Amino acid sequence: MFYRESGDFKTKYDDDNQTFPIKLDRWGYYLITAVAFLVVPFFINDYWASAVLVPFLIWTIAAIGLNILTGYCGQVSLGTGGFMAVGAYACYKLMTSFPEMSIFLCVLLSGGITALVGVLFGLPSLRIKGFYLAVATLAAQFFLVWLFNKVPWFYNYSASGQINAPERAVFDVLVTGPYATASAKYLFCLVFVFVLAWVARNLTRGRIGRSWMAIRDMDIAAEIIGVNPLKTKLSAFAISSFFIGIAGALFFSVYLGAVEVGEAFGITQSFLVLFMIIIGGLGSIFGSFAGAAFLVLMPVLLKNVMVGGLGWPTDIAAHLEFVIVGGLIVFFLIVEPHGLAQLWRLAKEKLRLWPFPH
Amino acid sequence: MSADFLYTVEIILNGLMAGVMYALVALGFVLIYKASGIFNYAQGVMALFAAMTLVGIQSGQVPFAHLINAIFGTEVHHFGWTVPAVFAIILTLGVMVLFAIVVERYVLKHLVNQEPIILFMATIGLAYFMEGFGDLMWGADIKTLDVGIPSGASVWLEQATMGWAGEDSGFYGFYIDKLDMVAALVAIVLVITLTLFSQYTKTGRALRAVADDHQAALSVGISLRTIWVIVWSIAGFVALVAGVMWGSKSGVQFSLSLIALKALPVLMLGGFTSIPGAIVGGLIIGVGEKLFEFWIGPMIGGATENWFAYMLALLFLVFRPQGLFGEKIIERV
Repeated sequence: MFYRESGDFKTKYDDDNQTFPIKLDRWGYYLITAVAFLVVPFFINDYWASAVLVPFLIWTIAAIGLNILTGYCGQVSLGTGGFMAVGAYACYKLMTSFPEMSIFLCVLLSGGITALVGVLFGLPSLRIKGFYLAVATLAAQFFLVWLFNKVPWFYNYSASGQINAPERAVFDVLVTGPYATASAKYLFCLVFVFVLAWVARNLTRGRIGRSWMAIRDMDIAAEIIGVNPLKTKLSAFAISSFFIGIAGALFFSVYLGAVEVGEAFGITQSFLVLFMIIIGGLGSIFGSFAGAAFLVLMPVLLKNVMVGGLGWPTDIAAHLEFVIVGGLIVFFLIVEPHGLAQLWRLAKEKLRLWPFPH
Repeated sequence: MSADFLYTVEIILNGLMAGVMYALVALGFVLIYKASGIFNYAQGVMALFAAMTLVGIQSGQVPFAHLINAIFGTEVHHFGWTVPAVFAIILTLGVMVLFAIVVERYVLKHLVNQEPIILFMATIGLAYFMEGFGDLMWGADIKTLDVGIPSGASVWLEQATMGWAGEDSGFYGFYIDKLDMVAALVAIVLVITLTLFSQYTKTGRALRAVADDHQAALSVGISLRTIWVIVWSIAGFVALVAGVMWGSKSGVQFSLSLIALKALPVLMLGGFTSIPGAIVGGLIIGVGEKLFEFWIGPMIGGATENWFAYMLALLFLVFRPQGLFGEKIIERV
């Protein structure tokens, strides 16, 4: 039989602890990684890169970030858009202040800066819980967007108030700016997604991830058995903001190129990322990928079907998209509150027993 | 009296009026939260939807005109009649009740016993759904809502207060919109009615029983599902009132749904479970953000109204996590 643990003999503890215990999963993972790195860059064109793949990769990073905070640590945040803006503006300031600095370093540092800001706004989470916290994070969202709009230092006193990504290259290949090719942008984002997803996956199954989950499940009980809530919550905020900051930096520098803060990082983006992790599955790295893919692909698909296929006006398509996204969220919460990741888990369980029912 | 002092008073008065408007939206939240423990994010969109429906019915628009035209290639827009405001309001109320029934039957019923956060997210989904649905039904253009509420500056008040600061101080009396005064009056009437309703009617008592303890209420024969429909209908009614007020003030458009976001800090300040809290919180935030914009705003670039309310609520919550009037949060393992 093909999808079984049996026959795959593990002789070391490391083997026993691996992320994909089933051989087929492992192969599938290697295969997908290989295709993503070695095949897709040769076939990608501008449309696929800008409409589907690059946004998918960037939103995945943001979704993993929010999933760490909300799915693993149980702290609902509506400030994702604001934190992405911090990443974007940090990246912009670093790129323009230190033109020689590698773009990799710029993006990573802007993640670090966002982590600091995240910790700052995470501090109230020690006192405020549940909905109150969700609303409190809105303060971050609105305050940060206002700050980047009003303080000219952040956008280098440009007349339009916009920030524009200067051209930067990795190994002499442009990755930002208008002349960057689709495959370069794609690969640049993919490297980040690959490394960050790997880090997140291993963080969440280690000590720190377990302390997050303990806090999520019942914070007082966790405190009693010796989990330090200060360290745990703030580390969740820091790491989550680090991911979201990187997503924001990439969103600005690689994907959009020019950003007006209220438009690109408004409250709608916060909700979009939240929907991704709900539909994908709270507390699952795979779910972050699935949710991001779903919410990036669906509007493209709907638009192609309704505007391209049926010839309806775009405004109707846009309204219907709202109806469908809203309806789907309610539908998913009713049918499967744990999202696409849970469906995938169930499918795997079934597959392991197949062809037997029990 | 000095002109500066009078300006401050004027700002405080205007802040109070704005606060009443926030409180109107916050009221709907509190009602649903008390009766079903659901944090209803869709309240703002409900206000928008109610206002859109009201305008649509009043002007005799054909529902889903755009969609029908797109599918069948027809050119329908209006029925060609107008409906008097009173009937339109009653019809809209009917639509909101229908909406409450649909929500109960297709959403809430299936989500019983879920965690509060799941319910919260379901209402976000509902908000998206309604927003798109409303736009599909009535079109997304900005509409003007006129149900005969007076608006514009109150000349009487201006003249009465004109001479207070002396002849050449440049102070021309208090400027307060008549619409805001009406809104304040309506809000007061609404709160009194709701309080009387929940204190003295049978249904009101049942509502409070459900709010206190779901299971105990069920065991004495109160139908949870009926109560939910009633609560959502009342919330729909409050949304309609808020929608009419906000719609007459600034036109019926998408940004109307964003006032829900403004109502959130009001709720946090006042506490999720308290009707007086919603009013007091609204007033504090209304006055606070106007004064802050007046005194501190010019120094740091203005437009502080976007975030001041949230920051105030955030700081406040750090010292009192359950809000001003909220029930004390007791945590057990």
